[in-house]
Amino acid sequence: MDLSRKTAWELAELCGRNTCTPEEAVESVARAVAARDKDVRAYIAFDPKAARRSGKKGRLHGVPVAIKDNICVEGQEATCASRILKGYVAPYDATVTRRLLDEGATILGRTNMDEFAFGSSCETSCYGPTLNPRADRKRVPGGSSGGSAAAVADHTAVAALGSDTGGSIRQPAAFCGIVGIKPTYGRVSRYGLVAFASSLDQIGPLTKDVRDSALILGAIAGYDPLDSTSADVPVPDYSGFLGKGVKGLRLGVPKEYFQEGLNPEVERSVRDAIKTLESLGATVTEVSLPHTRYAVAVYYIVAPSEASSNLARFDGVRFGFRDKEAPTLLEMYERSRGSGFGAEAKRRIILGTYALSSGYYDAYYLKAMKARTLIKRDFDEAFKKVDALVTPTAPGTAFRPGEKSKDPLEMYLSDIYTISANLAGVPAISVPCGVSADGLPIGLQFVAKPFDEGTLFRAAHAFEQATDFHKKLGNTGS
Amino acid sequence: MIPTIGLEVHVQLNSKTKIFCGCQVKFGAAPNAQVCPVCLGLPGVLPVLNREVFRLGLRAVLALGGKPSELIKFDRKNYYYPDLPKGYQISQYDQPLGRGGEVEIELEGRAKKVRLNRLHLEEDAGKLIHDQSPDSSLVDLNRAGTPLAEIVSEPDLDSSEEVHAYLTALKSILRSIGVSDCDMEKGQLRCDANVSVRRTSSDPLGKRVEIKNLNSFRSVKVAVEHEIERQTTAVEKGESIRQETRLWDDTKQRTVAMRSKEEAHDYRYFPEPDLVPFRVTADEIDRERAALPELPKAAKERFIRDHGLTPYDAGQLTQDRSISLFFEATNQILQNPKVTANWITGPVFAYLGANNLSIEETRLTPLLLAGTAGLVQQGVVSLQVAKEKIFPEVAEKGRDPIEVLKEKGLEQVSDESALDVWIAEVIRSNEKVVADFKSGKETAAMFLVGQVMKKSAGKANPGKVQERMRKRLAELP
Repeated sequence: MDLSRKTAWELAELCGRNTCTPEEAVESVARAVAARDKDVRAYIAFDPKAARRSGKKGRLHGVPVAIKDNICVEGQEATCASRILKGYVAPYDATVTRRLLDEGATILGRTNMDEFAFGSSCETSCYGPTLNPRADRKRVPGGSSGGSAAAVADHTAVAALGSDTGGSIRQPAAFCGIVGIKPTYGRVSRYGLVAFASSLDQIGPLTKDVRDSALILGAIAGYDPLDSTSADVPVPDYSGFLGKGVKGLRLGVPKEYFQEGLNPEVERSVRDAIKTLESLGATVTEVSLPHTRYAVAVYYIVAPSEASSNLARFDGVRFGFRDKEAPTLLEMYERSRGSGFGAEAKRRIILGTYALSSGYYDAYYLKAMKARTLIKRDFDEAFKKVDALVTPTAPGTAFRPGEKSKDPLEMYLSDIYTISANLAGVPAISVPCGVSADGLPIGLQFVAKPFDEGTLFRAAHAFEQATDFHKKLGNTGS
Repeated sequence: MIPTIGLEVHVQLNSKTKIFCGCQVKFGAAPNAQVCPVCLGLPGVLPVLNREVFRLGLRAVLALGGKPSELIKFDRKNYYYPDLPKGYQISQYDQPLGRGGEVEIELEGRAKKVRLNRLHLEEDAGKLIHDQSPDSSLVDLNRAGTPLAEIVSEPDLDSSEEVHAYLTALKSILRSIGVSDCDMEKGQLRCDANVSVRRTSSDPLGKRVEIKNLNSFRSVKVAVEHEIERQTTAVEKGESIRQETRLWDDTKQRTVAMRSKEEAHDYRYFPEPDLVPFRVTADEIDRERAALPELPKAAKERFIRDHGLTPYDAGQLTQDRSISLFFEATNQILQNPKVTANWITGPVFAYLGANNLSIEETRLTPLLLAGTAGLVQQGVVSLQVAKEKIFPEVAEKGRDPIEVLKEKGLEQVSDESALDVWIAEVIRSNEKVVADFKSGKETAAMFLVGQVMKKSAGKANPGKVQERMRKRLAELP
């Protein structure tokens, strides 16, 4: 029995019945990592001896969970895949880390990412890129949670946590053929997540199937007094939404998501998926999110603005990389940040600094915030008519390394369908809905009302059970 | 030349813990002993507003007659400095906690209202320590995250005396409502002054110069005087004033240029996304307003009216709420406002000043002070003995004044036969002075009375001595 190939819920059951032990699960994952991760390079750090477990027996008893490198685990390095944070050891646990431990999970390994989550391909990591375990490792895994997605798809992790600021969980989930959810803003505590854009960031699970997604989100969600932006809204039992089917569920297809730029193969696959959902009893109507075309522009004002401020603490004074030769304070700042940050991080810091500068604030940041409100209203309007939206997760399939890294704008457009959910604060999930002619996974995205993750699980689970793409992609051992 | 001055005052709010984390706020702890991941600004941490800080700020706004904002919102002020762990300070920008209000000052009997522009909440930065090593500086972040209120006045002040009176009045209000101790030596009150000059009051305001690093009431006063003089001289010579920030050098007693307007920081303020704005309910405001203690101005008026004190004494006794409470408690026992006032503004203030203490830090109680004063009222000891011999023991050790009196044998001597012995001795050993008196020099008698007092070590009843001395001298041939 290869435990690393099990889903989290299967493994939790096995460990719960003492059919296997948490230690055996760790050993199995360690063997898989030793066998395959030197090619995929999903992990930045993987050390079974550093694995952490609370000893409690909860919903995730014995389940090894890999953690994206921007989430703090006490005693472990948290570098955000940046040279500027190399060697920085977190002295405290993120709230999600603590909650996983409380539910009996094993915290095992740190996964690669785009530096500070700035990217959609996992190529901006200071440790070098992760490769997509699908399609002979000739493609990127997506990003920024590319390491987490690749590990889950490659069975070198049973499940993983990622973070999603503009699609960083859903897009790599789609590229790697697994399930990824970005919860409602405020659903999961951000305490211990190294901030990229505070008003957009959310932590969420990357898993082999929808049941795992529901299981892990249920474990990490909920109000946290350490995060003022976390919502004091009860967390339902998400497993209760599974297996309910989509009969009577009103699904909306936003017309703006099927225009120029959408890869025809992806479109065909998503259209087929919509037909499948209809055949399962969902009613499908076309809806409009008229301000969609502003989303990428708004995002690239708001997110870098917040990032430019959030990254100011990486100044070489108290932790992380410092240029020790610098003769003056100013030069110490300049040189430490100059050689500590990679090109994309610098680009975003400069973008954000510019947008917030006096004289430009009203034209950029303020206007972007107003447009953001309009985008949010689009969703409010749509959800008066439908229960959830169905869209492609990404406009294309996994691309080749280097293919988009020359042109930042092209890279930014790979998040075109995912960004709006972050700007509006609504939850969205990506599930596999097909495979392209060259064997690359295609993702389907559901978007729901704030705090209605239950509906996402209901729809995604019904679709998954009807199509079995997760099994065709080899996400489960069965 | 007419000076125009506005002040930006930072006061430390009296909360037990920091503004965005649970760390203690205490003066004098070992460096970096009162820190946690949040106030260290470690990657991944988030601020959570301490509601007590908000309530203290609200109380200050109400006491100063300002209008509280309905929406409480924070912003980030971005700049780099090693004492600022996050690379930004969480402050309030476009929606301060309070707008408007005023502070009434009194100078040479004339009252003036100084208008306030705003009061906002923010976190303090840490401290750099430069004197531990010749080639490096150290950072102490104990102070980082200490809650501050910044109170900005309108440019309504026109002299260094007014500046001093304003600071005194502001401190008195904030102390009386328990919002801040305003101890400048502990850095609980810091002040920046904006100074400009113009030729006549019909001219537009001159270029404004901001002076920073004013760490005592005295340095504020001196620095403002210095800056008025510097600008006046420059304008009179036909030079123009640069809009700039200058730093007060307390040892050299002068200001030095720090940065010009062109070099001013662009703080790139934007709303703090980690803190959710919230509304203040009318209920909360009403409750806070109802809970406000009597303000110094009201107390002063009441002391004049009810206790018949002079405006000067009433003012002295009401600057500090703990003093006015002490006065009232002492007077309850003594039932003599004037005598109580004299004791407090005299020996008590002198003692507090000399030892740099607040009344709460002494062992003095209203009962002990009333007991000491009562000994004089009852004629047991002279005022001088009570002040010089008994009071210090009482104030320092909290001892019972009667016990001190007995132990030192200080009881006043009124017994005529005892007094007559001293008088006779003094007359015998001061023949020349006695002769002077006889030849008509009236003041010679006072000298002789003084000699008797001295001989009795102050214990002789001075009224009685005078009476007996006159009698005795008259009897002399």
